[in-house]
Order: sequence, then C-alpha cells, then structure tokens
Amino acid sequence: MSADTLTPSTRAASPPSAPRTRRRTPRARRDAVRGWLYASPTALFVVFVFLVPLVLVLQMSASDWPLLAGNRGWNLPQNYIDAVDHRLFWDSIWFTLKYTVVTTVLLIGLGLGLALLVQESTRWKSFLRTSFLVPSALGLASASLLFYVLYSPYAGPFADLMRAWGFTFLGTPEGALWSTVFLIVWRYAGFYMLLMLVGLQAIPDDVYEAARIDGASTWQTFRSITVPLLRPTFALTIVLCVTGSLLAFEQFYILTKGGPDNSTMTIVQLIYNVAFQGQNNLGIAAALSVIVLLALIVINILQLRAFRRADED
Amino acid sequence: MSAQTLPSATRLIQTRSPRQRGRRSAARLVFGIPYAVLTTALAIMFLYPLIWTAVSSVAPRAGTSQPEGWGLGNYAALADYQAGIWVYLGNSTFVALLTVLLTLVVATLGGYAFARFSFPGKNLLFLTVLAILMVPYATLLIPLYVILNAVGLSNSLVGVAIVLTMFQLPFSMFMMRISFESVPRELDEAAMVDGATTFGALRRVLLPAVKPGLITVGMFAFLAAWNDFMAPLILITDTNRMTLPLAVSNLRVQVQGVIDYGATEAGVVVLALPCILLFLLLQRHYVRGFMSGAFKG
Repeated sequence: MSADTLTPSTRAASPPSAPRTRRRTPRARRDAVRGWLYASPTALFVVFVFLVPLVLVLQMSASDWPLLAGNRGWNLPQNYIDAVDHRLFWDSIWFTLKYTVVTTVLLIGLGLGLALLVQESTRWKSFLRTSFLVPSALGLASASLLFYVLYSPYAGPFADLMRAWGFTFLGTPEGALWSTVFLIVWRYAGFYMLLMLVGLQAIPDDVYEAARIDGASTWQTFRSITVPLLRPTFALTIVLCVTGSLLAFEQFYILTKGGPDNSTMTIVQLIYNVAFQGQNNLGIAAALSVIVLLALIVINILQLRAFRRADED
Repeated sequence: MSAQTLPSATRLIQTRSPRQRGRRSAARLVFGIPYAVLTTALAIMFLYPLIWTAVSSVAPRAGTSQPEGWGLGNYAALADYQAGIWVYLGNSTFVALLTVLLTLVVATLGGYAFARFSFPGKNLLFLTVLAILMVPYATLLIPLYVILNAVGLSNSLVGVAIVLTMFQLPFSMFMMRISFESVPRELDEAAMVDGATTFGALRRVLLPAVKPGLITVGMFAFLAAWNDFMAPLILITDTNRMTLPLAVSNLRVQVQGVIDYGATEAGVVVLALPCILLFLLLQRHYVRGFMSGAFKG
C-alpha cells in the first residue's frame, strides 16, 4: 500500500497513522444513506410486488370481486362462507393432504436411498448422480408434458400394452394419483438426493471412526449415527417437500386437469378454477388463498416446533 | 466440456473415503452384482423418459406430424403452430433474459447493501425478502393480475419478468449476501482508501470476486423464468405473447380434440434442451447453490 496512490483528499481524511477512533455518527449516517441507496431496488420490489399484493389479496377476500367487473364493494364474511361451502373444498383438501403425505414419504425415502447409493466419489457414481439430477433441470411443466405423452394411450411407449391389457394411466382416480406421483418422484428425487448428500457430508468422520472401533455393524451405524445426525436435513427436506406438495398445481393441471371426476383436484387447482375458469370470482379465490396461506403458516410453525422439540430430546 | 465438468462438479460432494475404503472392498464382493443391477436400473429409469422423447420426436409414427420415415416433421408442425414457435421462443427468451438481468441487478445491489452497510430497517427488509418464501405463488398471482392490469402491464412480458424476479429474490439475495460477506472487507476498503467510490469498489473489486455467486444466481433465475408456467398462464391471455411452456401445453387443446403428440414431444425437446445443457455446463454451480442455499440458512 504505497502512500503515493492516495489522492490528496483521502490522505487528508485518513492519515496513515490515524488510530482507530472513528467518529461514529457521520460515518453511520453515510452508511445508512448508501445502504438504503443500494437496497432501494430490493425495497421497491418487496413493497410493490410483494407487500401490496399481499394486502390486496386480503382486501379482495373481503370484497365482491368478479373477474371482469372489478371491485364491487365489501361483503365480508360471504367469500369465506362460499369458499368453505364450495362443493370441492373439502375433497380438494383431502386429496391435497393425501398427495402430500405420499410424495413426502417417497421423496424423503428415495432421496436418502439414492444418496447412500452414490455417496462415495467414483466415476460410475458421478455418472449416476448426474443421471438422477438431470430431470431436476427440467421445468415442472415440461416434465409434466413429457409424461403426458408417455402416459398417452395413443402415442406413448406403453400404448400397445395399454390397448392389449385394457388399462390407462390417467383414466382412473387411483391411476391418475400414482401416475402423477411417479412423475414427481422422477422430477424431484435427484434434488432431494442432493440435499441428503450435503447432509451426509456434514456428519463428521470421527463419529463413524468411533463406531467402527466399537465394532458397530453397517446397519447399527446407519440407525444410530446417520439417521439421528441427519435430523436437520430431514427437517429441511420435509418442510420443503410438504410446502411444495401442498401447493401442487402444474403437474395436475397438465396431466389430469383435476380429473377424472374431480378426483385429483388440488387446492391450488381449485383456486385457479374459481378465479379464472367458470366461476370467475376473484373474491372467493382470494378467500381460498388466504385460507391456504394461513394453513401453510400454521403447518410450517408446527413442523419447525416439532423438529425443535425432537432436537431437544 | 461436459466430460470435464462432471467429475469436478460431483467432487464437491466427497465423502469420507479413507474410512470406507477398507469396508468397501469387502462389501464389493457381496453387494457388487446386486448393486450394479440396481443402479443400472435406476439410471435407466431416470434417463429413459428423456431419451425416449428425444428419439421419438424424430421417429416415424402414425397420428403425428411425422407419419413415415425419420425426420423433422414434428418440429415443422411445432414451428407452424399458431403464432409460430419463433414468436414463443422469442417471448420465452425475452422473459428469461429480462428476469436474469433484473435479478442480477437487484440482488447484487441489495446483497452489497446487506453485506457491507448498516442502515435502519436492514434486518426488517431482509426478513421481508425471506418471507416471500412463506407465501404461496398462487396466492400472490391473483392480486398481481389485478395490479398489473391497473398499471397497464396486463398481458405484458415485462410484467411477467417483474413478477418472476420478485420470486427469485429470497434465494438470490441470500446468495449474494453471503458471497459478498465471504470477500474480506480489506479488499474493497483498500480500493476506497485509494479513492474509489463505494460503487467503484463494487464494480471493479467486488464484482470479480463474487462471480461464482452471480453465475449461480443468474442460472437459477434463467431456469426458473424459462420454465415458469403459472405466471404466464394467469398473466398472459394474448396468444402472441404466450411463452413456450404455455404454447406447448396448448398444443393439447386443439380444434377437434386431436392432440399432436409428435409436436408436443418436439416442444418438450425444445423446452428441455437449453435447461439440460445449462445444467451440464454449470453443474458445479448448481450443486454449490443448493449447498449454500440449503445449509447456511
């Protein structure tokens, strides 16, 4: 740091021998102004694209608001009553919960299984890891369209089999659920494998070393070291998976449109239908949105609390 | 290129090899063959749908736009669909690039502010950014539809990009904040002692240092925007302004209920190809993005 690179003004402001006695207030004020200047684009986005819509959804949920006519004034409890009274409300909640449990169990289990299979670094395992991860680069809509063709009784690779054996992938409620679950597992298993690998990597080596010296078997090591020490990873992956599944939309919109017979109607698909298909009622859709938002907050708080309690045990 | 990036990318996730090496040689004898069979089956299960779609998009098949002989008939049908694939590709590219640009600018400036300055309301602003994660996408799109209509951005690709940027903020801001924080303060303070402004220090000294973070943020923003379906579905009604995922999914809703599966496959290939190439090219950043995103928060 040569002194001759300093410009006269900075040299005056900070002499080389100056002790670290900064005058706090002017610097703090300068920091505050500059900080806000740099943070202002963030603040603009947060206020106008996040907070204002959040407030507006509350207002909409309390207003008579047809899609094309706009706001027609308050009608407070009515939207919420209509939302809960919707003939598909409880069905869609039940289906969404069922779907969430199934996908969460499968994705967490498979993610851990795949991670254990490809844990070490060898060339073959790198190839496997990449193969499992490639589907997660696809958009959910693209992946759903891909499986839409795959499941097709006219054009898919199983079309001949389907005709010969007389079955369809998406024609029955059970088939539609499990076909969609398979798509989701294909799309997301690699992603959860990656998170599990990161968690496995965070377990210190010497814990395993100690277990090995004590003569623990592979299964004992897995059960009493790997699984308990992976708890933070399980907490994160479960929260991610539950939240994602409760908000499922694209896969059902593209594969089943909620059918057959509304049997795969998720809550977000119901919101979409109420807002933009048929009913065109933004007020009821907003009321449904607020219910979902509150439910998610409660579920996330409960999950985090459960994990924290489990951590203390 | 990809041959080089694959091992280096996966090397990031190395696991305790010395400990396991001894056990592995013994285990290999017992589990070797079932392991090979199982993993081969899994690799096929994950790759088969992609390969099948790519191959059959150019294969002859009755009932598609490629009835006989191998060729690009399905792609030609896709190209002629409604406004034409070039319009949709252009729309998708525009939305994706604008989202990347906006996300990079906002997250760089914001990340710099959060990492280097203390200002009133800083923590509240950062927490509000993170709160975006808590709010379901669908919940916000309905009011955003109304707001964009009110400000004259209905049916607008710029509006879609603004919305997509907002949903990228939690991850991007977090990523850029820790990127800046991992650069020693002495580096930019030295530049400022030498007479640089804070912006000059950011541009000349810090930006090169946080390049990996910028690449990660840009890649995730691109993938998210290119692939997004719900925002254009709700915010775009004009056929000429639809993005590619929306256009391809509309292929299924044709006049007489006849679906051109061949053209749909071609559309899936066009949609997936840039994502897969980007992923293979930037795999290392993809993995690192998850690692920092998932475990430092």
